[in-house]
Amino acid sequence: MLEETAMALNINKIRADFPILKRKISGKPLVYLDSAATTQKPRQVIEAIERYYSEYNANVHRSVHHLSEEATVAFEQSREKFARFIGAKNAKEIVFVRNATEALNLVVFSWGRSHLRPGDHVLLTEMEHHSNIVPWQILAKEKSIKLDYVSVNDDGLLNWQSFEELIKEKPKIVSLTHVSNVLGTINPVRQMAQKAHGVGATVVVDAAQSVPHMPVDVTDLECDFMAVSGHKMLAPTGIGMLYGKYELLDGMEPFMGGGEMIKEVHLHDARWNDPPWKFEAGTPNIEGVIGLGAAVDYLARIGMRNVREHEKDITKYALGQLEGVKGLVLYGTKDMEKRGAAISFNLGDVHAHDLATILDTQGIAIRSGHHCAQPLMERLKVPATSRASFYIYNTRREVDILVRALETAGKLFNV
Amino acid sequence: MSAAVYKETILDHYRHPRNYGELPDANARARESNVICGDTIEMELRVDADMLEDVKFRGQGCAISMASASMLTELSKGKAISEILKLKKKDMIGLLGTDPGPARTECALLGLKVLKMAIHSHLGTKMPQESEET
Repeated sequence: MLEETAMALNINKIRADFPILKRKISGKPLVYLDSAATTQKPRQVIEAIERYYSEYNANVHRSVHHLSEEATVAFEQSREKFARFIGAKNAKEIVFVRNATEALNLVVFSWGRSHLRPGDHVLLTEMEHHSNIVPWQILAKEKSIKLDYVSVNDDGLLNWQSFEELIKEKPKIVSLTHVSNVLGTINPVRQMAQKAHGVGATVVVDAAQSVPHMPVDVTDLECDFMAVSGHKMLAPTGIGMLYGKYELLDGMEPFMGGGEMIKEVHLHDARWNDPPWKFEAGTPNIEGVIGLGAAVDYLARIGMRNVREHEKDITKYALGQLEGVKGLVLYGTKDMEKRGAAISFNLGDVHAHDLATILDTQGIAIRSGHHCAQPLMERLKVPATSRASFYIYNTRREVDILVRALETAGKLFNV
Repeated sequence: MSAAVYKETILDHYRHPRNYGELPDANARARESNVICGDTIEMELRVDADMLEDVKFRGQGCAISMASASMLTELSKGKAISEILKLKKKDMIGLLGTDPGPARTECALLGLKVLKMAIHSHLGTKMPQESEET
């Protein structure tokens, strides 16, 4: 990161960059508190995509004509920008995929399938998103491997004792989320990675909820693989990134076969291309990659330390205000050093979906449901929660609007 | 949509669901979850000849899904099963007295789906595709 000290964000200037924030919902200004699901897009990203289609649309890495060259340069520049953004030493360590889910699946079905033997352990946590559970379950059936889960404490933090116990099983892989999409918990990935490497495990980090919100450096985290979604960091949907150490990617089998991923093809065999292209079969999501480049530029200009400080401020304020709402139960830690900008809660016995519907009538967009984390819902002993999540464009005033709407909903349901 | 979707009758059925519980002498049952919300409804039926003699439901979910299931049990008890199988989305909206909107339609229809599943399992017939039902 370039900046030395954190600076307050110029929220009005930022908000002016997001055309959708001018929208009204049910006659009320949109209060968008669902950025953990997907963020809104600044005009810089929208315009970058428009520029690609109106000025240099062509397929990449294929043709020798001028447009294709321009598109290829922009495409590969985005890879370099993202690599720098997460502290990767080499742009070839970034594989473009559809989303963080596909990035995790790539690791499971390429690295996992060729390296895991029957009886091997894979260590996950109870707070994983389904995308870091289900692919492992599929592989577990195929290869008879065993999945262990680090338990979660009542305060929403990982149980360190449980981790230390399970690491004794010498898992081949430790795969965990950096920041919980439900509880907001920031997990101590670096310390866990060191322990994991100590027993010879490969470390996979689901960073879908961290890279958009705070400075993240893959070298600093000491992880081997990292999965990120573009659309949760201002870029379009349909573009995800897998970081992998070059020597690991180099030793892996392809995930999908097709064009681009080969050096030469004969009727009965083929020679794979080098990473990352070995994993990028077929025409990629070029507009997505170009949009991602613009998104990275936008966030880098603001500075990720500043993003993090803004989110800490608004989350701390929101937790304080929400605590005053009658009947409201908050999940997760109150320690701002250990949590991000997603807040899960329930209001009395009002179902999260009813709450979301009522808030929607006030123009407030929140997420409700199990957040693709049903094992964590079982752990919390709730069928669902409501979640408000903040980003660079959210204000304390919007928190006040949320709090007032929750109080109204509480009255309607006699909480 | 406005908060008016939460009419007094809906909140009343949510707070005090009718025909809630188990039916020990049931001869048909079904259970289904709504993928979007995770709402779950289980229904137990006693079907005699072509008549739904008794019905009880249990479940976990939002006000829309619980109230619509509760209202549906009141409506369908004592009715011919052939009549129940003819119920459609518009009938459920009619029962609720309000259209919950596209995002919540699944919630409003979950109870009806479970009731029909139970009847079809009793008859040994196949549950038609949902698109034919609405």
